[in-house]
Amino acid sequence: MATTEENNQLSLDDKLFTVRRKSLKESHIKLDEHLCSECLNRICTYICPAEVYLWAEDKNEIDVRYENCLECGACRVACDGIEWANPPWGTGIAYKSS
Amino acid sequence: MSLEARTPGPNRWEKRMHKCEVAIVGAGPAGVACGYVLAKAGVDVVILERGQYPGAKNMFGGIFFADQMNKLIPEFYTEAPVERFVAKKHFALLINNSEVSLNIDSEEYKKPPYNHSYIVRRSLFDKWFAGKAEQQGAKIICGTAVTDFLRDGKRIVGVTAGSADDPDNGLLADVVVCGEGANSMLSEKAGLRNRLSMRARVVAVKEVIELGKNVINERFGITGREGAAYEYFADATPGMLGDGFVYTNNDSLNVGVGVVISELYGCKNPPSPNQLLDRFKNHPSIRPLVKGGKTVEYSAHMIPMDGYKNLPRFYTDGLMLVGDAAGFVNNSICHEGVNMAMASGMMAAETILDNREKGIYDAKALRQYERRLKNSFVLQNMKSSKDFIDILRTHKELLNDYPHLIKDVITSYFKVSDVPKSTVKSNIIRMVRSKVNFIKAARTVMALMKGGI
Repeated sequence: MATTEENNQLSLDDKLFTVRRKSLKESHIKLDEHLCSECLNRICTYICPAEVYLWAEDKNEIDVRYENCLECGACRVACDGIEWANPPWGTGIAYKSS
Repeated sequence: MSLEARTPGPNRWEKRMHKCEVAIVGAGPAGVACGYVLAKAGVDVVILERGQYPGAKNMFGGIFFADQMNKLIPEFYTEAPVERFVAKKHFALLINNSEVSLNIDSEEYKKPPYNHSYIVRRSLFDKWFAGKAEQQGAKIICGTAVTDFLRDGKRIVGVTAGSADDPDNGLLADVVVCGEGANSMLSEKAGLRNRLSMRARVVAVKEVIELGKNVINERFGITGREGAAYEYFADATPGMLGDGFVYTNNDSLNVGVGVVISELYGCKNPPSPNQLLDRFKNHPSIRPLVKGGKTVEYSAHMIPMDGYKNLPRFYTDGLMLVGDAAGFVNNSICHEGVNMAMASGMMAAETILDNREKGIYDAKALRQYERRLKNSFVLQNMKSSKDFIDILRTHKELLNDYPHLIKDVITSYFKVSDVPKSTVKSNIIRMVRSKVNFIKAARTVMALMKGGI
């Protein structure tokens, strides 16, 4: 359980650590990498509540930390280049308090 | 990979695939309400849920509007896992570091059925409701994410959790009800809606913050099973179309923010939803409410913002959409969604029962579903707030300038000083005149009254 500081600010990693999951065998997210390298806005890097998408400057591509996904689907709505599928067979998040 | 290309019809699969009368996608309030009514009437109904258990993937702010639930299971609140009922409502404008608010502490809300507003945790509540449907005879299969429909020509004849040509993971049905939720991918695949637009969805994040029951009662001025629902506008999501909330569970708080996705897209130096939530939690009005708490769960979900004018089609041959998948969320200040989800599920069930004798569920037969929706509060409420979001989007002064002005006016009026009140009043009038174009404002207010709230 994550301990909240007096000012109630918790790092995102600590927040993500509170979510119970059954781990995914493979990524449920696919990117159209050609679009990524051309993209000017990179909305995926700020729309995601779990910050799954990180721009890797050195590799000139998006790193997808799919195992942190909270399955809201906002990225798919925000970007046509993201192909997103529900994690199969009961994998992924399982909320217990929300 | 279309199934039509490979098969002339479902007959080829029938030997190997299971078949039921009604397949329902999603064990949320819409799907389960539908399954409950059908099972009670003796229909062979299967509900497919992608989570490990019903509610595992579900999240909302916290308030269950329960008029429909009370019709289905009278006095459900005496046995359901309900945290608290909403005894106290609080609407607040956050302006920079200030707050201007309206508090509603109505004794009517404190008597059964408690204004049909209950604070619940979906992971517990949805599981309970699904159990009630199981008792009626509905089959619920968890851990099964439906990936596509099975088709016979244009008609939908079932669902599959694997690839479309894999008979082991298919389920044939006379009719399918899709309550897949706000991330409406199957509705897109059925051709009932276009790919979701950024304006059609809010992204919302929430933390469940544990605090003692007594601490919560003290901070919110409530006792026993009374709960509080605090809603925050304006600078809860600065300059953006969104809002924030704090709702009381028994011994924890639901603290969250939501913002329309397109608002972040259009924003300079856009914050992430998590950063927006941290900012909200740090506002001087919120900080003392959550102080010393322990975050026990972080969660995220989308909320439909389709609005009446951009709703999907609700049915096609062999398929009906219910709940969030159909965009049934009242996009006004009321936030009603879960009651509309249940009502739509129940109406889909009634439509099926009406056509069951003939066993025909083509688009012509299912048109009855839309008729039922139109004659009910579901589409009527959607219609009465049809312009709300558009008005807020195109009149940003409602989100920024006016709340700031309201705060300035109220602050100056109540300021204690030796300036005569007559001077204060004329100063206020001058200030308002300089910032508000009355003709334009009157028009906006008229539009809001007519098609907004």
